[in-house]
Amino acid sequence: MIYDVAVIGAGVIGSAIARELMKYKLKVVVLEKANDVSCGASKANSGIVHGGFDPQPNTLKAKLNVEGVEKLFDAAKLLNVPIKRNGSLVCAFSEEETKTVEELYNRGILNGVEGMKILTGDEARAIEKNLSKEVVSALLITNAGIVCPYELTIACMGNAMDNGAELKLKFEVQKIEKEKDLFTIESKEGDKVQSRYVINSAGGASASTAALVGDNSYGIIPRAGEYLLLDKKEGARVSHTIFQVPTKDGKGILVSPTVDGNLLLGPTATVVSSPEDTYTTKEGMDKVIKLASKSVTGIDLRSVITSFCGVRATGVSDDFIIEESKKVKGMINLVGIDSPGLSSTFAIAEYTVDILKGLEELTPNPDFNPEREDPHFFRKMTDSEKDAYIKEHSDYGKIVCRCERVSEGEIKDAMKRNPVPHDLDGVKRRTRSSMGRCQGGFCTPYIMKLLAEDSLESVTKKGKESKMLTGKL
Amino acid sequence: MRKLVCIICPRGCRLEVGDNLEVKGNACPKGKKYAVDECTNPTRTVTSVMRISNKCDTMVSVKTSQPIKKCDIIAAMEVIKHTAVPCPIKTGDVLIKDLFGADVIATKDVQ
Amino acid sequence: MIDTSIVVVGGGPGGMAAAVAAFDAGVKDVVILDRDEKLGGILNQCIHNGFGLHKFGRELTGPEYAKIYEDMVTERGIKVYKETTVLDISEDKVVTASSREGILKFRAGAVILAMGCRERSRGALNIPGNRPAGVYSAGTAQKLINCMGYCVGKKAVILGSGDIGLIMARRLTLEGAKVEAVCEIMPYSSGLNRNIVQCLEDFDIPLYLSTTVAEIHGKDRVEGVTIAEVDEKRQVIEETKRYIPCDTLLLSVGLIPENELTKEAGIELSPVTSGSVVDQYRMTKLDGVFACGNVLQVHDLVDYVSEEGEIAGKSAVAYVRGELKEEKTVSVSAGNGVRYVLPQMLKVTDTEDVDLYLRVTQPYGKVKFHVTSGGELLTSVTRLHATPGEMEKIKLSKEKIALVKGDVQVYLEEVL
Repeated sequence: MIYDVAVIGAGVIGSAIARELMKYKLKVVVLEKANDVSCGASKANSGIVHGGFDPQPNTLKAKLNVEGVEKLFDAAKLLNVPIKRNGSLVCAFSEEETKTVEELYNRGILNGVEGMKILTGDEARAIEKNLSKEVVSALLITNAGIVCPYELTIACMGNAMDNGAELKLKFEVQKIEKEKDLFTIESKEGDKVQSRYVINSAGGASASTAALVGDNSYGIIPRAGEYLLLDKKEGARVSHTIFQVPTKDGKGILVSPTVDGNLLLGPTATVVSSPEDTYTTKEGMDKVIKLASKSVTGIDLRSVITSFCGVRATGVSDDFIIEESKKVKGMINLVGIDSPGLSSTFAIAEYTVDILKGLEELTPNPDFNPEREDPHFFRKMTDSEKDAYIKEHSDYGKIVCRCERVSEGEIKDAMKRNPVPHDLDGVKRRTRSSMGRCQGGFCTPYIMKLLAEDSLESVTKKGKESKMLTGKL
Repeated sequence: MRKLVCIICPRGCRLEVGDNLEVKGNACPKGKKYAVDECTNPTRTVTSVMRISNKCDTMVSVKTSQPIKKCDIIAAMEVIKHTAVPCPIKTGDVLIKDLFGADVIATKDVQ
Repeated sequence: MIDTSIVVVGGGPGGMAAAVAAFDAGVKDVVILDRDEKLGGILNQCIHNGFGLHKFGRELTGPEYAKIYEDMVTERGIKVYKETTVLDISEDKVVTASSREGILKFRAGAVILAMGCRERSRGALNIPGNRPAGVYSAGTAQKLINCMGYCVGKKAVILGSGDIGLIMARRLTLEGAKVEAVCEIMPYSSGLNRNIVQCLEDFDIPLYLSTTVAEIHGKDRVEGVTIAEVDEKRQVIEETKRYIPCDTLLLSVGLIPENELTKEAGIELSPVTSGSVVDQYRMTKLDGVFACGNVLQVHDLVDYVSEEGEIAGKSAVAYVRGELKEEKTVSVSAGNGVRYVLPQMLKVTDTEDVDLYLRVTQPYGKVKFHVTSGGELLTSVTRLHATPGEMEKIKLSKEKIALVKGDVQVYLEEVL
């Protein structure tokens, strides 16, 4: 089988590109080294839809961010991904920082951002009652929002697969060769895939993937961001996403509700040696707590339910790089897609496919279905609707995860839906089971049973060597 | 002299046992017996689980019908671990007879 | 809508005892809603012995203890809804639950909360490091080993020396795993003495006090942990850090009453116990809603859980019969050396004897507990020692309660 396009990396960008490609008559394969989609930066980031005031004017970041916001809201609706336009506030704590707020406002105007307003500290506190007294002014961006990044990735890939794309997991690209007009991509295990075009959206591994064909023009500086996630009882602490004025290291520590109703604090920004360095540190967590408490008062830190770390694929150059390789024709590289990458997802996907269109005329696929069925239809039902549904599907009446109230039926169905999960973390990201306050204490053994194909011993947390059990008694 | 905490009941008397097995600190005669036994011939009830030969992913919990010598625990566990029993099983059923002086009995029903 | 006199939420030792007591007190129309396939709750996975010494005068294992109550429930024909999870309890006592048959709604005369507790998770502790497989809360590991028959690891470190941690140290050892250490952040263990002796000392497993796990290592599966001593503020002392290779970390770092339903029903909780604020009848501040067992306060002995269930069951009967009247209520508070006292409220007229349950703040030698009311001494009792891990019980006779003038306080005095 010769594919038209091989997409390397099933993060949110690779998945959205795969979906975009399915709008055309193309044979597409997505190659992912992990055991699931969304296992890199896409699963561990702030989940913010940025308004677009932050990138420098006339950069690709500015263009795609501003274009991307509405595209993201539209696509999320079609894909039934939780998204909310909660708005954000960028807070200044001094007169000097107020100047930065004004600069951001002006930059936003240049970038074409709508719905911005500069507020005084009191005006900001009037709409956000737990905002610190120390806040002297703030930039309100009403078009900004929050989205669940891994659900977005899963939905994009699921929709791409429903439209005919193929996903190959545990395919770590080790070798890419081009002979005539055909790429041969080889995995670490020796599996081979052939395609006419390659799209490199490998995130943290994008520069090294480009280097596989001898293109050494890119660099990635992995920067770790640590987060704390709090119980839903703290979810209403703020309604907007609360930023501090940005520094050169990033957008600072934010305090934000999540679409699922939790409260998120973070991230730090620490340069690490590898994109795989997703460990948390005491210093990092202390810093998150300290700076989050600077913006918002009364955060109950006893409500922390988990901490995590994601590594951003920051490029050596400040801007997104999306271009055909100058070394090898037919290979499109996406490098340095860090923030606002998530906000720009669908603009990036279109931009990338436009590059492909410049190389070859694409025939639209009249059968493309842009919608994905809502995997969470059940939890949105009223009691009487649920009752009727359970009478037809009894598994939906059996609650497996008591904290997040996820039923056996929802888990079993998630196991059948594209892209199917193969490990506990995959089930968790699709259903929210074990994401609550007990963090899987009660439901893990039950989910292991549902997940086990033959023996429970085969069940992993996240593929590879992450076996849950070491044998039978 | 050896210091012990009596574990016969949750009261947890702090006991002292002298070289000639004289016991101090006990609130009742059971404590004295415990202290002497613990210093001369310590015994334990062993609790574990056994595999069921005709049902997978289900175990039957078991215990020794009386305490066995502490030094025999590991050897007893080897036998318990490598024996499978068929269900149905009722609480109190003897699953292994006379293991280091005690029977291994079921502590749960398995249909 | 199913009209029911008494709905018991949870079929563990507390809920079963409550249902049986309510039935025996004359209300036959009592139901138990339980989320599992089998009654007994966590007792089913607690295969060790040591249960029932107070209640039945013999040493039972968890499943045996559960069976005694399960048989009582069955003999009485008490209706049990299995695999039924309560979703909501409304202020007017409508209990909504999800089951394989559909969404069930009960209109209850009285509700007894007996949902038990959950284990504190790794996330709540904020242990730095990676997030590999092999980090289990002790109870999860217990279930996988004892009920399903699997090994969770070969070489383990256990954080927390509460009873479950100690029991699991022995359990892993008996199943052939090596337990490298049990670490306890406090300078003392909160586990029962018998468990320290029989679970650790018997197998030469080291218990490191004032020690915590400072970091978890391993990408896919746990490869090791860094342990370190802590200072009096429980902060890691850098120079004491050391690495222990292991493939498993078990956490036994505290139990939290599962009171989400209670909270959503608007019932006041105690910040100290994380359970409802109750009077001696175990009635919460929402009229007709009672609580018992680990959802009310984390117990160390199941015998006391059953006892509390019985109180709640009998009281619920009195309530539905209209026998619990509005009475003068005083508060019961914890004074010097006492972390909490339960009940937190005392109705002083027309009452039976009341047992006050309490926990101390730190380990003590010989102490005297004093119970006062409006500043006047009601009663004193002496204990040879008291530790936070062992719940104390002080009986307050109805004659003494008749003397109560104002709010009641319990405090301790060290006897040197």
